Amino acid sequence: MQLSDLLNHTCEWLKGTGPNSDIVISSRIRLARNLEGVPFPHWANPAQAEQILKTIADAVKRTDMLKKSTMFRLADMDPVDKQFLVERHLMSIEHAQKTEQKAVLIDEEEVIAIMANEEDHLRIQVMQSGFNIFEAWNIINRIDDELSKILHFAYLPDFGYLTACPTNTGTGMRGSVMLHLPALVMSRQIERVLAAIAKLSFTTRGLYGEGTQASGNFFQVSNQVSLGHSEEEIIENINGLIRQIIEQEAQAREVLLNKSREVLEDRINRSLGILKNAHIITSQETIELLSMVRLGSDLGMVKDIDRRSINELFITTLPAHLQKLENKKLSSQERDLKRAELIRKKLNFL
Amino acid sequence: MLCDICGKNPATVHLTEIIDDQMKELHLCEECAHEKSAAMEQQFGLSDLLAGLSEFGKSAKDQEPVSAKCPSCQLTYADFKKLGRLGCAECYNTFRKYLTPLLRKIHGSSQHIGKSPLKIGPVHNSSAKKKDPLADLRVKLTQAITKEEFEEAARLRDQIKSLEAKSNNSEAEK
Repeated sequence: MQLSDLLNHTCEWLKGTGPNSDIVISSRIRLARNLEGVPFPHWANPAQAEQILKTIADAVKRTDMLKKSTMFRLADMDPVDKQFLVERHLMSIEHAQKTEQKAVLIDEEEVIAIMANEEDHLRIQVMQSGFNIFEAWNIINRIDDELSKILHFAYLPDFGYLTACPTNTGTGMRGSVMLHLPALVMSRQIERVLAAIAKLSFTTRGLYGEGTQASGNFFQVSNQVSLGHSEEEIIENINGLIRQIIEQEAQAREVLLNKSREVLEDRINRSLGILKNAHIITSQETIELLSMVRLGSDLGMVKDIDRRSINELFITTLPAHLQKLENKKLSSQERDLKRAELIRKKLNFL
Repeated sequence: MLCDICGKNPATVHLTEIIDDQMKELHLCEECAHEKSAAMEQQFGLSDLLAGLSEFGKSAKDQEPVSAKCPSCQLTYADFKKLGRLGCAECYNTFRKYLTPLLRKIHGSSQHIGKSPLKIGPVHNSSAKKKDPLADLRVKLTQAITKEEFEEAARLRDQIKSLEAKSNNSEAEK
């Protein structure tokens, strides 16, 4: 598989399918795993780090669930390609920054991605479209079992899986659900919801994980506690919390429809109008306007554009994607022009 | 009183900020306070937070061994406090005494419940032998409580208590 093959493929998390996909964009689980007897990546010397990569690469070849995956060394990749993977949520921003002795493994369907030598030796992630956290767990659990027959994972019966940072010790698991909550934002209820989430030891982040701002009404909710609860309990807790947030967003949408239909229609159609006609547009503005159009599509106010096309625009308009599509480096100004052109073509069916 | 930042909503959060030795009082509405706290969180990294956590609630006799060093990877406890990251799996055994309360503060528990690897490595086996015999009982206790098997839990609790008493006595004799 070549990286450019992914361009013609819709990311798993943007398919717009799966349960509750009007509100839930995607469900993701990641497991942090380390090998015994070698220092954690930040503490390993280059020779040790190289050996870790080799051990992981060998194990991957012998793992049935990872047969359709390709491993990419970050040192061999140009900056646009690295950013391209970050935009597709196949690796973290941190992983893209320091590239020596680091790799990422991606499967054809973009359901599975494994970062090698990130904060931990292995960061395994499984992504599912819509609200499908249980299925994500089923898949990742099988991958983890298979790998644990080949690799010696660092584990102690009392502390569980041992990780570089003690905030991940235990299950090493983080479940995240990406939500689109425009009605809670518009009705100014989001602060209350976020405060309630924080009280329950869950965290909320933006589209690109740790340290990123929430934009375009997208919120990523994940568990903070990884020790003292079983994987199933943690997933059950996420499930319960997300169900409540979905309900709140659905109610807020209902109220907006009943009480402020004109305002809502105006905002959605203005957003669509700008997107269909703009000649210069930043990615931030694009995300915010697309968020409104997506809401319009979910509510049946925007009829001629399907959710999948809107979702595709969310990603194809990002900087690295634009440059991959054009097959050349573009300055920020050039990107704003190209982005507007791409959106006009797509939304006006040109 | 209206919020100092937006000037629109009533101020419900009051905080004192010290910038360049100047103390400043801020009266904020909930919304602006939330944004402000997010900005403040970004200024303090995770390592500061962790260092703060392990500092907190520590008793005088349990002074952290800043110079203690992991025999396997040479990381010192001071390194851990600076980096917010441990050096290798063996660090968990080396610094167990100090990590246990830290893990409790982070996760509300220091006892793993959940899956284990299908194959267990040689290093793990050697450390398991050195391991505190109480650890196994504590796992069983937590599991019994989760399953609401309270009779079994009471039995395990008593067993842990008597073992703890024994180990305290033998330490006192030393």
